[in-house]
Amino acid sequence: MSKTIFTLKERPHVPLETEVLSPDVIASLKHAEVEALPVFLGKRQYRLADFFAIEGDGSEELEIHGDVGRVKWIGRAMTRGRITIHGDAGMHLGAHMKGGTIEVQGNASDWIGAEMKGGLIRVAGSAGGQVGAAYRGSTSGMSGGTILVGGSAGLELGMRMRRGTIVVQGVVRDFAGLQMKGGTIVLLSGAEVRTGAWMVRGTIVSFTPLRLLPTFSYACTCNPIFLRLYARHLQTLGVSFPSAPEAGFYRRYTGDGAVPGKGEILIWHPQQ
Amino acid sequence: MLRITGGKVYDPANGINGEIREICICDGRIVPEVEGGRTIDATGMVIFPGGVDVHTHVAGAALNFARAMIPEDHRRNQPFVRTQVRRGGIGGATPTTYVTGYLYAGLGYTTVNEAAVPVLSARHTHEELRDTPIVDKACCVLMANNEILLDLLEAGEKEKAQHVAAWNIWSAKAYGVKAVNPGGITAWKWGKDAKSLNDPIPGYKTITPRQIIKGLADIVDSLGLPHPLHLHCNNLGAPGNCTTTLETMKLLEGNRAHLAHLQYHAYGGDDWFTMRSEAARIAEEFNANPNLTTDAGAVLFGNTVTITADGPWQHLLYKLTGHKWGNLDVENETGCGVVPYTYKEKNLVNAVQWAVGLELLLLIKDPWRIFLTTDHPNGAAFWRYPEIIHLLMNADFRREQLKRLAPKALKRIYLPELNREYTLYEIAIITSAGPARALGLPHKGHLGVGADADVAIYNESKDIPHMFAYPRYVIKAGEVVIEEGEIRKTVEGKGILVQPSYDQKVESYIRPLFQQYYTMSFDNYPVEMERIEHPDLRPCKQPRA
Repeated sequence: MSKTIFTLKERPHVPLETEVLSPDVIASLKHAEVEALPVFLGKRQYRLADFFAIEGDGSEELEIHGDVGRVKWIGRAMTRGRITIHGDAGMHLGAHMKGGTIEVQGNASDWIGAEMKGGLIRVAGSAGGQVGAAYRGSTSGMSGGTILVGGSAGLELGMRMRRGTIVVQGVVRDFAGLQMKGGTIVLLSGAEVRTGAWMVRGTIVSFTPLRLLPTFSYACTCNPIFLRLYARHLQTLGVSFPSAPEAGFYRRYTGDGAVPGKGEILIWHPQQ
Repeated sequence: MLRITGGKVYDPANGINGEIREICICDGRIVPEVEGGRTIDATGMVIFPGGVDVHTHVAGAALNFARAMIPEDHRRNQPFVRTQVRRGGIGGATPTTYVTGYLYAGLGYTTVNEAAVPVLSARHTHEELRDTPIVDKACCVLMANNEILLDLLEAGEKEKAQHVAAWNIWSAKAYGVKAVNPGGITAWKWGKDAKSLNDPIPGYKTITPRQIIKGLADIVDSLGLPHPLHLHCNNLGAPGNCTTTLETMKLLEGNRAHLAHLQYHAYGGDDWFTMRSEAARIAEEFNANPNLTTDAGAVLFGNTVTITADGPWQHLLYKLTGHKWGNLDVENETGCGVVPYTYKEKNLVNAVQWAVGLELLLLIKDPWRIFLTTDHPNGAAFWRYPEIIHLLMNADFRREQLKRLAPKALKRIYLPELNREYTLYEIAIITSAGPARALGLPHKGHLGVGADADVAIYNESKDIPHMFAYPRYVIKAGEVVIEEGEIRKTVEGKGILVQPSYDQKVESYIRPLFQQYYTMSFDNYPVEMERIEHPDLRPCKQPRA
């Protein structure tokens, strides 16, 4: 399959907005048409070719080279295809996306996968805040799809998420699962404080002990079957849980009682 | 100078029903004839007087609060990009000030009445109205929960209350008096509501909603205000509230009154599961009371945001929906609640509400007494009026839409049995001539000689929603502001207000109360006349003896 390769010429001094970097926009275009696509640097409009050296005609597979940490909205609302970023990615990566895959080999900034409906985002490094979150004012964040983060993640991870899965290998900052309404967050190295604040439904799984809010109450110790299915599914995406299911139990806490909510936080408890 | 030839004129105030007539305009008014100037050939088009919205919420603190609460709505809607003649902004459920003017004019509306202004935020409201171009603006000042006034009414000091009310109207630079859930918002400050007309309201010893309504209606009539008491009845939105509404109508015998958004006050049933339409009973009683006018407050399905001074109701709506909720306390005067809301076809309650709005418009026989509104933005945004006009003019389309409702709802409503279809003449009444008359604006809502030259010209078409959503020309005060669907010119509208007479000495009564109870100093409170852009001071009638 053919590829379209983009190489950033120079890191822009203010953020560059490139929602045109999406397989849906680019797939059917000829090389010259791709070059002419509009992008915004601040309030001024430019051509995509002013910032990127572009190889090949449009295709469903985009490869982006260079430091695009200041390039926003890559893969916005994409429904198919694949974007690979060989470097850091900017804000709003894959926001509103419905399908396809985005792979980032470096770190990603804030708001990745915000309000996404489907598809897969995989970040090898760390992600910023508001991963898979709802934009300010919206009632729900991501409603489907999967976000995998290899490093750590910032504030308000999965804020108001309704469905979908987020897995983070590193430590997550405050307010993970804030006002969560559904879906699953898996924290392989735990999180800082106020995890699950205001959560109404949904599941947060942590493999290290968490400092829970006082409005979460202990329910039971269990070993839910669905987590084994999840583990098997995530294995196909290259993520494995640190412990085998036979090696312990989960302590189940429900909350957030302040709302009041029916969410659950499952904390792994290895068998002594 | 402008001459419009060849169009079919619908001018109900002058009894003209689709006759081909020539309209001549000079110096912003309709004149018998002109010589020279531009001629618009309106052959194949229909000519309406510019639309008049009797009840809408387009400016002020509450609306701004709502704007700030729904950024998601702004993102959903198409932005208005700045051009040579037009400023930037955004549409949606609560359009920005400039865009509000463009959108109203874009429908052929040229006069609007902002229906709820506390004196305390009147200055802000007038500043926003000043930034709402093209349309002429009037506003009604909130009075039925003003504690200074309630104290006087409770003490039986009717005359002093009348002076205070008149002082309030002039301080707010308002045009009329609005009463929202009389006593209920005062009660809300005690965590309660005023559900019955006959129970004393919390915080007071004897005064009841009945006395407040009657007292204010008397005051408005005595002051000879051109627009009668603009009343949002108690128990808005609650199942079974039709009894309160019927009682209120009886209570108002002998007074003039305008019942706002009647749709929200015409429900039967005991709770949300048994709620049903009582539009037939309400319409029957309304038909028998020629002293009353009303507006539909119709609902359309989709996203919007509800904004009302009715704080307790908004709290209930928040509890029902779990959506965002905002609440404001406006010191001694009123309150305000904001809850974004989505009306859904498959929701039984919403389906009944949708039907009741249309039923009232179809069952109330005299189109001169019921007007087209959605209580913007509560039932739907005003720019969706053409959808309602379509539903009113086409019974087959209505029946088609009924299929989208929750099947259970069909047993709770009258709409499937109603075959009435509005004519263009009647549409001109409910969108322009009627509301202008109810507002007491003799120079609006008609095309007779001497009237303001506010004219909407539509392409005559079977595609009703398209026809009314995209007027071919809109003329405001003699200037062509919309042409071929484009804004050509953005003129500034007038501020319509009244100056009722009152005893100047009343200020010495209010001043000490202010120093005691208000956060604002007395001298900063009244809005200065300089704040009103292009004021149009309307006369009051001879006060009733």
